[in-house]
Amino acid sequence: MDAIDPLILARIQFAANISFHILFPTITVALGWALLGFKLAYNRTQDGAWMDAYRLWVKVFALSFAMGVVSGITMSFQFGTNWPGYMEKVGNVAGPLLAYEVLTAFFLEAVFLGIMLFGFSRVPNWVHTMATLLVAGGTTLSAFWIIVLNSWMQTPVGYEIRDGVVHATDWWAIVFNPSMPYRLTHMLIASALTVAFLIAGMSAWRWLKDGGGEGVRRTLKAAVYAAALLIPVQIFVGDQHGLNTLEHQPQKIAAMEANWETRGNVPLVLFAIPDSEARTNHMEIAIPSGASLILKHHADGVVPGLNDYEGNHPPVGPLFWGFRIMVGIGVLMLALSWFAAWTIRRRGVDAMPRWLGWGLVAMTFSGWGATLAGWYVTEIGRQPWLVTGVLKTADAVGPVGSAMVASSLTLYLAVYAVLLTAYVAVLYRLAKLGKAAPETKPMFPLPGVAEGPAEALEVKP
Amino acid sequence: MTPFFDPWWLPVIFAGLMGLSILLYVILDGYDLGVGMLTRLEKDENRDLMVASIGPFWDANETWLVLGIGLLLVAFPVAHGLILTQLYLPVVLMLVALILRGVSFEFRAKAPPEHKQRWDNAFFAGSLLTALCQGYMLGAYVLGFDQSLASVLFCLLAALGLVAGYLFVGACWLIYKVEGDLQKRAVRWAEVTLWLTALAMAIISIATPLLSERIFERWFRLPEIIALLPIPIAAATLFIGLAIFLRRPLRARDELSWVPLATAGILFALGFVGIAYSFYPYLIADRLDIWQAAASPESLSIILIGALFVLPVILGYSILSHWIFRGKATHLSYE
Repeated sequence: MDAIDPLILARIQFAANISFHILFPTITVALGWALLGFKLAYNRTQDGAWMDAYRLWVKVFALSFAMGVVSGITMSFQFGTNWPGYMEKVGNVAGPLLAYEVLTAFFLEAVFLGIMLFGFSRVPNWVHTMATLLVAGGTTLSAFWIIVLNSWMQTPVGYEIRDGVVHATDWWAIVFNPSMPYRLTHMLIASALTVAFLIAGMSAWRWLKDGGGEGVRRTLKAAVYAAALLIPVQIFVGDQHGLNTLEHQPQKIAAMEANWETRGNVPLVLFAIPDSEARTNHMEIAIPSGASLILKHHADGVVPGLNDYEGNHPPVGPLFWGFRIMVGIGVLMLALSWFAAWTIRRRGVDAMPRWLGWGLVAMTFSGWGATLAGWYVTEIGRQPWLVTGVLKTADAVGPVGSAMVASSLTLYLAVYAVLLTAYVAVLYRLAKLGKAAPETKPMFPLPGVAEGPAEALEVKP
Repeated sequence: MTPFFDPWWLPVIFAGLMGLSILLYVILDGYDLGVGMLTRLEKDENRDLMVASIGPFWDANETWLVLGIGLLLVAFPVAHGLILTQLYLPVVLMLVALILRGVSFEFRAKAPPEHKQRWDNAFFAGSLLTALCQGYMLGAYVLGFDQSLASVLFCLLAALGLVAGYLFVGACWLIYKVEGDLQKRAVRWAEVTLWLTALAMAIISIATPLLSERIFERWFRLPEIIALLPIPIAAATLFIGLAIFLRRPLRARDELSWVPLATAGILFALGFVGIAYSFYPYLIADRLDIWQAAASPESLSIILIGALFVLPVILGYSILSHWIFRGKATHLSYE
């Protein structure tokens, strides 16, 4: 008998791996498009400031991409090492989706990344722009397939079970399953917001340090405007996503709202300590009928409660708090980006009060916080199911003992802690060095001419 | 949907595709890992150049591993679980090593100069540990995950054998990609590791049939033995031929510098064919064959349609990328 349940350890390990992994695709998906934007702006205007922005952020992209790839490979092995029951049961659906991710997206990104990073002097400008487009498209396509699979696990359709194994009957239904469009849109905008705040925060930091160059002011402005435009859209999409979840996974919504009884006039709980033993909330602060208004759009709308799903609903605390953290960060994003956009629009970047700059710096990684909180809500919210109504998490775990999982978990956590620290440190270092780059430079000499002992890979201090 | 041919073929096709991905991975990421280990022997300028020679490629090369393991996962879900739970620790160590190797590329170039040495160490250690783990897994797989002391020793031997093989293909890559004194040293490295690789291949080829009666049967009976004889003969000829080739000074204009790399690739392919022949049709020695492990024919057909369209494209643009970055390596620059 193992001292600690191997199932719990395997779940912690998976959560640790996916949490670490998701940080980087969240950046690369939208950053790829931002780079394409910088590149196209440069092509149109021939303005060196856009190229400075490209040069700096392509380095961040390369680093984030490498982190995403290597941690993603870990995920694909985890299915086999820790969750063999998953592919044995639903492999006929999950397999093709994962295969299409590798076939259509993964290679596309990996091959053209080489040209995007190092190909400036070896290919014509349009090929380089094209490589940037293909890499951006590849990262997005990757996200599409993964979210299709994740959504199918949340709201499975288009299958039948023969001899205890899932068989696909309708691929169209599987790909366009009921929650996929909401999840995909929500995630893509989350990525865009993460990158907008990352660029805004880093640029604000450089602006505070030494005023930054023209490239810095330009990316700061672009990022703040993008954030200000996208955050209301995200709030709307999130609301629609919530309604979709209410329709297909009502117990998840009940847990997010810490609502125990099915009834009308359900209050919107702002603060509470949910108690699953007593099946009630302590220290509750709530807005009367708020939840009914949000979820049913009228005050006496009936919202399902957890007591209808006793023994078969997700843990309430993590969902309740995860959801509030996500929404809280969203509200901060809204306030800060609107105020900054308003100031910049009226009086320009340099008229921004310094505290506002520091506010943006403080929010540099806010997108990560909101994304992680959101993922915890959606993933823990599916428990105790791994695939809703088809496969329980406990039935997918492999025969590996807890000592083994504990050692691998420790190893992963140590490596991830070191890498995350190094990643953030290097990002700030890049931002600091970025200003040293000259503002204009002939960018695309003819192939062959620039192949001398060009600048070394290193960024010279 | 129903396949348009006998579904009996589907697992065979997927075993072939999976084998091809793994072979391409071993050759392509093999040279990356080999160069990674060889960086230990050089420093500063030359080390940067060696890293730069694989910089544009390693990412796409590593993707073949994802495809290979992905095909195992999607086409043979049962075998995937069985194999990976058996290999839990080496897989975890390999993943950590691959993580270190992959991020060191980026960090060594972007971290402050005083930390560069640390990332270089991580790069070397990651490459070495990856090679050791993969070799160990290969050994364990060949033996059907037997846990006896003799088997563990065999696995350790296989680990060292794969390190030698990767060093060999890495040295051949450098002969192709660099010039001058560094190239001369790469020739030396290739000469030494060539014989280590030959030794490792010989040991595994002799040990495998001795350890499995079925494999012994497959190789040493008439008429198969006559049909199979060309494999070891070709391998031996190539080893000796390459050794002679490496002794001669490289031509002034360097136009044959691709020969060692191509030969190494063929040698790896021969070794791979040997192992594949020994195993077919089993995925796990004498326990699970490809039809028992396969996913449903409908799912396999869906993947096959995509694979038939996409794989040629992937091969095409991998070649394109090698062509764009053809010629001798120069220091990489984002400029």
